[in-house]
Amino acid sequence: MSDSSESASVSLKIEFSGGLELLFSNQRSHKLKIPAQVPKTYGDAASDSDNKPADITFLIHYLRDNLLKERVELFMENGTVRPGILVLVNDTDWELEGEGDYVLKDGDEVVFISTLHGG
Amino acid sequence: MSPRTCALCATNKAMLKRPKTGQQICRDCFFYVFETEVHNTITQSSLFKPGDRVAIGASGGKDSTVLAYVMKTLNERYQYGLDLFLLSIDEGITGYRDDSLETVKRNQQQYSMPLKILSYDELYGWTMDAIVAQVGKKNNCTFCGVFRRQALDRGATVLGVDHIVTGHNADDIAETVLMNIMRGDIARLGRCTAICTQGEDTIKRSKPFKYAYEKEIVMYAYFKKLDYFSTECIYSPDAYRGHARVFLKDLEAARPSAIIDIIHSGEAFEVREEVKATQKVQQTCKRCGYMSSNDLCKACTLLEGLERGMANSGITDRARKKLDAEGPAPENIRTIPFYNPPSSTLVIAVEATNDGKPSTS
Repeated sequence: MSDSSESASVSLKIEFSGGLELLFSNQRSHKLKIPAQVPKTYGDAASDSDNKPADITFLIHYLRDNLLKERVELFMENGTVRPGILVLVNDTDWELEGEGDYVLKDGDEVVFISTLHGG
Repeated sequence: MSPRTCALCATNKAMLKRPKTGQQICRDCFFYVFETEVHNTITQSSLFKPGDRVAIGASGGKDSTVLAYVMKTLNERYQYGLDLFLLSIDEGITGYRDDSLETVKRNQQQYSMPLKILSYDELYGWTMDAIVAQVGKKNNCTFCGVFRRQALDRGATVLGVDHIVTGHNADDIAETVLMNIMRGDIARLGRCTAICTQGEDTIKRSKPFKYAYEKEIVMYAYFKKLDYFSTECIYSPDAYRGHARVFLKDLEAARPSAIIDIIHSGEAFEVREEVKATQKVQQTCKRCGYMSSNDLCKACTLLEGLERGMANSGITDRARKKLDAEGPAPENIRTIPFYNPPSSTLVIAVEATNDGKPSTS
């Protein structure tokens, strides 16, 4: 692995709970690496001119396409997580961190908790 | 972006935004305000008095797990003087309730509270697995809901408690308000926001989390690392409630105060006396002694339908007529053991209407 690809990726710890883990191979904790720079519009080909730093909106799409195993409608809606899913970045409510616009840093821990399950 | 400081203590880093107020607060202040608001709900409604025996309806899910933890905390902090118990109902759903009951058993150890588990099997002779095998997945929530309500009261009688508290939160209550409006169920709309309900004879039931947002309950459980179980029931969830819930979550995303606003709307409805007068008077079930608005309570009706292989008779009037046309209930069907309610006022009425059943005095 070259130096440039090292510096161009972000390592993250992802956790799913509250029942969401069932959509992700019933595994609560995942470690992954995503590119530090991503296309502004998700799904576009990478280009030097139209990039942005990887943010949580990108991460949500990335999880959908790479880790999610079933029932996407229980995870995503209108380009973000479904209402009723709480997101925490390093144990802080993502509503205090700019929600989807939060730019991910190396070593960040992102937790997704579903509140939709009854008791 | 520099971290924001807590709006309450102005010292620590804010870690969550309260949906009710929009305030940005730190973890410790969150614990304090969450617990204090529940305490205020309890004291403003005078829910308990010292010496009360209180059962927490415990499913192992997030709401009842947080409720058990908070009730224990507040009982110690403010010296309520309550005897607390955990009461769980085992509906007999393999792969769902059996797992969640393991969580309740751990809670029993963690919170050192006595636990009583009462099963549909021992009370009705039917597990939900057996019921679904007969009725299918369409109407099974009706059976489960009716059976659970009565099972909780009967479990509470066994424990000798005065009061059952449940983990219903603000989101649940707002959902119920919406559902009652959509169904035109004025009677339920009038009482669904009450924090405490009590027939003259039955055990009190109340909802200390009536004003607690689901988001905060989940955050509380997460920050406190509480042990709870989260799996959807394997039988079809109540579809109508599901629609109300998704609608409510969409409203909350647009305007977080929507949940509390809907509860306030529900509280402000006033049912006119002449409307109330058309509602059925409560009596006791001729077969099992439980409170009922007909000769037979809903649970006995549903059970008779199951026993006679005509399960829908408890659900639609048409099917009920068909069942009645088949003749009276056979002698040999399973029935629910006779209910001995905790208060004496009812006992007299029961004895007067009940022939040949065990005495309740």
